[in-house]
Amino acid sequence: MSTTNGLIGKSVKRVEDKRFITGHGRYTDDIVLPHQTYASFVRSPYGHAKILSVDITEAKAMPGVVAIFTGADVAAVNGVPCGWQVNFKNGDLMKEPKHPLLVADKARHAGDAIAIVIAETQAQAVDAAEAVVVEYEELPAVVDASKAAEAGAPLVHDDVPNNTCYDWALGNPIDEVNAALATSAHVTSLEFVNQRLVPNAIEPRAYNASYDEYGDKYTLYTSTQNPHLIRLLMCAFVLGIPEQKVRVVGPDVGGGFGSKIFHYTEEALLTWATRQIKRPVKWTSTRSESFLLDAHGRDHITKADMGFDAEGNITALRVKTFANLGAYLSTFASCVPTYLHGTLLQGLYTTPKINVDVTATFTNTTAVDAYRGAGRPEATYLLERLMDLAAHEMNMDPAELRFKNFIPPFDGVTQPGYQTQVALQYDSGNYHGVLEKGLEMLGYADLRKAQKEAANNGKLIGIGFSTYIEACGIAPSAVVGSLGARAGLYEVGQVRVQPTGKVSVYTGSHSHGQGHETTFAQVVADKLGIPMDDVEIIHGDSESVAFGMGTYGSRSLAVGGSAIVKSIEKIVEKGKKIAAHKLEANADDIEFAEGKFTVKGTDKSVAFADVALTAYVPHHYPAGLEPGLDFSSFYDPANFTYPFGCHIAVVEVDKETGKVQLKRFVAVDDVGNIINPMIVDGQIHGGVVQGVGQALFEGAEYDENGQLTNGSYMDYCMPRADDFPMIETGTQVTPCPHNPLGVKGAGEAGCIGSTPAVVNAVIDALWSGGHKVKDIRMPLTSERVWRAMQ
Amino acid sequence: MSIRINVTVNGVAYSHDVEPRLLLVNYLRDVLRLTGTHVGCDTSSCGACTIHVNGKATKSCTMLAVQADGSDITTIEGIAASDGELHPLQEGFRECHGLQCGFCTPGMIMTAADILQNCADPTEEEIRAGLEGNFCRCTGYHNIVKSVQYAAAKMKEVTV
Repeated sequence: MSTTNGLIGKSVKRVEDKRFITGHGRYTDDIVLPHQTYASFVRSPYGHAKILSVDITEAKAMPGVVAIFTGADVAAVNGVPCGWQVNFKNGDLMKEPKHPLLVADKARHAGDAIAIVIAETQAQAVDAAEAVVVEYEELPAVVDASKAAEAGAPLVHDDVPNNTCYDWALGNPIDEVNAALATSAHVTSLEFVNQRLVPNAIEPRAYNASYDEYGDKYTLYTSTQNPHLIRLLMCAFVLGIPEQKVRVVGPDVGGGFGSKIFHYTEEALLTWATRQIKRPVKWTSTRSESFLLDAHGRDHITKADMGFDAEGNITALRVKTFANLGAYLSTFASCVPTYLHGTLLQGLYTTPKINVDVTATFTNTTAVDAYRGAGRPEATYLLERLMDLAAHEMNMDPAELRFKNFIPPFDGVTQPGYQTQVALQYDSGNYHGVLEKGLEMLGYADLRKAQKEAANNGKLIGIGFSTYIEACGIAPSAVVGSLGARAGLYEVGQVRVQPTGKVSVYTGSHSHGQGHETTFAQVVADKLGIPMDDVEIIHGDSESVAFGMGTYGSRSLAVGGSAIVKSIEKIVEKGKKIAAHKLEANADDIEFAEGKFTVKGTDKSVAFADVALTAYVPHHYPAGLEPGLDFSSFYDPANFTYPFGCHIAVVEVDKETGKVQLKRFVAVDDVGNIINPMIVDGQIHGGVVQGVGQALFEGAEYDENGQLTNGSYMDYCMPRADDFPMIETGTQVTPCPHNPLGVKGAGEAGCIGSTPAVVNAVIDALWSGGHKVKDIRMPLTSERVWRAMQ
Repeated sequence: MSIRINVTVNGVAYSHDVEPRLLLVNYLRDVLRLTGTHVGCDTSSCGACTIHVNGKATKSCTMLAVQADGSDITTIEGIAASDGELHPLQEGFRECHGLQCGFCTPGMIMTAADILQNCADPTEEEIRAGLEGNFCRCTGYHNIVKSVQYAAAKMKEVTV
């Protein structure tokens, strides 16, 4: 179908903005229901402790208390499930210990919930929660992913030996990789930590559950990225409530970044509790709770070796990673270090032999799961750090080393996709292009000269590269099913043309900052040749949207948008039959463009709105055709999409203090076709800053007892406005060959590409001053950089 | 125990008996049901709750409602003109894509309004320094800075 009114590709201002800039967004915590009650939790102050007793007597007598429930009350209720099965290398199933709604036996991480207190006001709930008396016996804790697997480590779950959830490997046989490394002219080796991050969506998680006992119906308002998925998991796996009895609404949601994908215990517990007390229950996480409970990201300990021949061609890559899963298995935790990490280790390079080995362990820490990029940032960090370091060690230019090893361009249409050594087949790519453009935007040659001059004058300037690829548009159901996914990953899009020709679109892709209400409306209005004002995008409510799998993995436009396009195609096809009848022509002779159905080669036409009206007032109507103009489609992608790009950071390092200043950041991203360049740019900006946050500022720190020692904004360093220069973005377009919009996804790109670019830049700055440093542990604080120079 | 407070919020006079421990942000959100002011943290760090108290940007989670007795308060709901015309900052945020999820936006706009009140023509550096107490996880601040620059230019036009 051809573009008809040029809305695709335009930086249309966002239609959702008005409510947000005037203070009329409607987030979960803004919702107060009649007879509302409020919840507060009693949580373990210890990382690992046996619960000897819980006394609620005094708390129950406190003013305003409605109910208190403890682990004993929900002992018969299932725990929250994991949505992805990974098997041990020997074929055994991964270990899936129960993640109960409230713990009764022992607390496995600081913040583990022991009791829920429900009261008339929030303050009363908090007061009463403080009056619950819990007797603990503190246990030795383990917080480090590799130490957890050692013999004699404290066990997080008594029935999980060595705290090991699974071990897993992918790629070429390890013997072949070892042999290739042994005969390589040069091997670059790096041992590093990809540190744990706290997602920190600025809206803390919030839930409001209510129960209508007369209709036996539940409603859950939840700050989620995927309301239907929450309904499915909660109903089918945790509470055993028939799905049709539960409405799940994700209203405006204040950022997710992965952390709001997962089905959290509080969602199920509040839904269970509202049935007990027959009043609505609301809980809004405090920021302190967010730090302790929202699934964290990353936390890998890795040793990697990359071999090169004498000319600098990569010969092999070997990776051993310990991945920290935290105390419980979160919804998608198991697939992050494996199928979203190991499968990306081909990068943009023609590496002929790759082996990746992952051991995933439980520890006395907050659960770890997908966080913006999810596995792909870890893979990119690993590869791109190795590439820049190898360039230093072999005295080559890092850009040249990349050009030498890039997979040659392929469009995926006339040339086949690229089959990697690690299971995936890339769809289309032009990797040389993004690096060339990046170098040009940077003014590379001049900058290298300036770096030399600066070094001569005692100043440390560094240039760091990162050329990344990611797998997005998650995901072809059969493929992910064969890899262990317990759900399909299609999307649903319904296009309902109203009798007046106005259009309501129902999508399973939830929007929480991505601007779907604008981008999707652009697509629909463009394809139907109608004004954007005639299109309304509806998302986030399981009672209005038929089904959906939600928003994550940069999938909304590639998968959700494609489902909508499929429905539009059905609308146009049916519209042609109606138009043919009206125009007394053959349906095959009708063409649709610019909002009109026209008899080919004539000026006889009928407008879209007239056809819509005829569909709903079918007085003169084709025989055998159903009235109405309303289609729903499921779109299951043929493959992942593979956005890629080149990020280059320029930093200055203060020799005296080790302070790093980000001077420039150039990002050239190829996310396939672009519907709204303004929104894509915005996604890149945000992702880049989040990725730089990991490189320079952020990192969750646990002590050996399992205490999160920087669990507040006073302690955890968030990226701030004054830490950054303007970000220089550039675009290249290599369309995705297998979805109707040719789009690849832009949500995570910035966060995947940026982290290693910044770290590489700092290392490069140090090398320019004669400090041949291999690694500095992230975040690159002044102290760490200064120590590296001593 | 309750204490009576009298405040003017967005031009409307209110009188309420409140608990002494009630934070100003909770008074606005829960008592007046002005939910445009958000709570993003518990350490006065994130700035999502920023409002104007007697014309000055203030984190409303850092102040008790009783401390606001007698104050003139403006929240995000009251920053547009009475005829509904958007404040130049509101317009700027929309024009420059200065928001994504929208959660930090009210606080950003209220802080930015204070910046522009104190300096009609701030440099990029001054804008960034002025926004240092407001967190945004979506935009990378890039377009927020541009939004403030847009508003500054627009407000200058009006004054000239």
